[in-house]
Amino acid sequence: MEQQMPLLEVKDLQVRVDDREILHGLSLTVNEGEVHAIMGPNGSGKSTLSHVIAGKPGYEVTGGEILFKGENLLQMNPDERAAKGVFLAFQYPVEIPGVATMMFLRTALNAQRKARGESEYSTPAFLKKVREVSNSLNIPQDMLKRGVNVGFSGGEKKRNEVLQMALFEPSLCILDEMDSGLDIDALRIAADGVNALRAPNRAMIVITHYQRLLNYIIPDVVHVMSRGRVVKSGDKDLALELEASGYAQFEDAA
Amino acid sequence: MNLVLAKTETGRALGDIFTASQGRLPGMGRVADVRRQAFEAYEHAGLPHRRIEDWKYTDLRVLMREVQPLALAPNAAAIERARAALKPHAVEGASKLVLVDGVFAPALSDVAGLEAGVNVRSLREILDDNGSDARADLLLTKQTDAMISLNAALATDGVVLGIADGAMLSRPVQIIHVATAASASAFTRSHVKVGHNVRATLVESFIAAEGARSHQANDAVIVWIGDGTELSHVRLMADAVDAINITSQVFTVGAKAKLNLFNMTSGAAVSRFQGFITLAGEGTELSINGVNLLRGKQHGDMTLVVDHAVPNCTSREVFRAVADDRAHSVFQGRIKVWPKAQKTDAKMMTRALLLSDEAEADNKPELEIFADDVACGHGATTGALDDSLMFYLRARGLSEKEAQALLIQAFVGEAIEQIANDGLRDLVTANAQRWLEMRQ
Repeated sequence: MEQQMPLLEVKDLQVRVDDREILHGLSLTVNEGEVHAIMGPNGSGKSTLSHVIAGKPGYEVTGGEILFKGENLLQMNPDERAAKGVFLAFQYPVEIPGVATMMFLRTALNAQRKARGESEYSTPAFLKKVREVSNSLNIPQDMLKRGVNVGFSGGEKKRNEVLQMALFEPSLCILDEMDSGLDIDALRIAADGVNALRAPNRAMIVITHYQRLLNYIIPDVVHVMSRGRVVKSGDKDLALELEASGYAQFEDAA
Repeated sequence: MNLVLAKTETGRALGDIFTASQGRLPGMGRVADVRRQAFEAYEHAGLPHRRIEDWKYTDLRVLMREVQPLALAPNAAAIERARAALKPHAVEGASKLVLVDGVFAPALSDVAGLEAGVNVRSLREILDDNGSDARADLLLTKQTDAMISLNAALATDGVVLGIADGAMLSRPVQIIHVATAASASAFTRSHVKVGHNVRATLVESFIAAEGARSHQANDAVIVWIGDGTELSHVRLMADAVDAINITSQVFTVGAKAKLNLFNMTSGAAVSRFQGFITLAGEGTELSINGVNLLRGKQHGDMTLVVDHAVPNCTSREVFRAVADDRAHSVFQGRIKVWPKAQKTDAKMMTRALLLSDEAEADNKPELEIFADDVACGHGATTGALDDSLMFYLRARGLSEKEAQALLIQAFVGEAIEQIANDGLRDLVTANAQRWLEMRQ
């Protein structure tokens, strides 16, 4: 039987920001259905990796490639990547005054569907779907009438990211420091939302500084990043090992 | 004092037009005298230019290189072209009053269907009625701006609208200016006298019909608002992209009135909307707002002068400008608080969004406060679309243009949401959306 193509292949990726190299030949392979955790100290390049995969401007790729479902991701605009199934849950979701959340969700969902050649959602079908997902995430309906993330608490902003993830049904979810700024209760709600989205045809990359998040979202593979490279990969026990011994050993290794 | 003795070529051409137009201008006797005096006042000041502070950013000597002769009175074909152009701009349920190339067009207007308490005559009809000398007052205001003087000298027609005390109008009145002529100008002057305790909605639209080219409009609207009256007013200027549109509005407002005014400029190559609002009765609330949506090489100037002449009035101004390509947007807002106008509460906020490196926006807020117990404030910002918001939207699947459209809509929405009347707010929102769709 033919071997299945990986969902995401990052090969020897080198990235510069303002003439400073941040990623020095990073490689990573993620298959459908897998949950990968990327851990590492501040400044190791975790967020840079997530931004480059999502297509944020300001990063210069000087070497290597990123294949998503076998296609060259680096040649696509951020919106094309989204339509192909890449979703980045932001560490700091932005506030967009004057753009009602509901309108934003609908515009984004239909833009993605249109780009894929699918029909736009009808209003009742869209409303039904939003209601189902927001109920499961404990998001009150009146929050959806407000401007995107305007006046939302940290926890509400993260839940709004998970809501979008559930609506857009991406095949790759990248969670960038989802635990930052959340208390345990808020973290549990968001993590439950993420776990509900685990599926055989969907992969996740969970970026985090702390092991704590991985008590709630149990990864299949854990990678340790240091100074712009993956320096060690293992199973979920690697995260516990890190919790006990810290990142110092890897910084020396890199 | 602004004294300009040197005349430009444009200035001379206007003199020729004034002389040549004598046969076309309604009114004899004192009306003709007032016109002559107005033209002399204009000639004394000359075409406004950048060294006149009020016109600093809109130098008509540069922007208005030639003056077009007065448009001919519209013929049957022009009326039909105007009729076709009207359709998409007519507000549903409104009583339409239509001016074609500066001449009132009864055939396109709903004069017969006006609500009780609404009275309309054309300016031409009144000026031509030799029975009363008082009619010449229709050409006078206390404003000395050169373009208002020029308007008085050359006005061919307009709408003289009266709304009786206590009238509660259920339908809007819409004044529509349609240009159909090529290389011609239209000078119109309208009067709106709204009585006491009235509730009314007024819409004004400037549009171009097929065939309109290099058209110039100089419009003046003189408005009186009675005590206790609530007026919603929206002006939509969507003139042809090669047109010049200079509009002056002079409001005198009584006591305990509520005014909700809005101007949207999306048309014309060169435009200036200047509003002079005098709050002359206590306890009045003024909300005057606007949006400029400009692209290409459009120049759009909105200049507001709010005069707090009496105590205990509030005024709010929210203005948003969007300038794309090489467009130039201007906002000048002056708030004047007279010595006796204690307890005045006046605020003004203007923000400009530049969508290209070559676009320009000038914001000039001015406060002249002569009373000591007042709350006045203003703010002005200019900037580009926020990169972090753009990336967030694009990461969610919106194309660059779609993401920009959403953010621009939100930006202008801050001014549009000031419109109190739901129907008018929807109308302006739809117009802004059409402008955005043309960017796609």
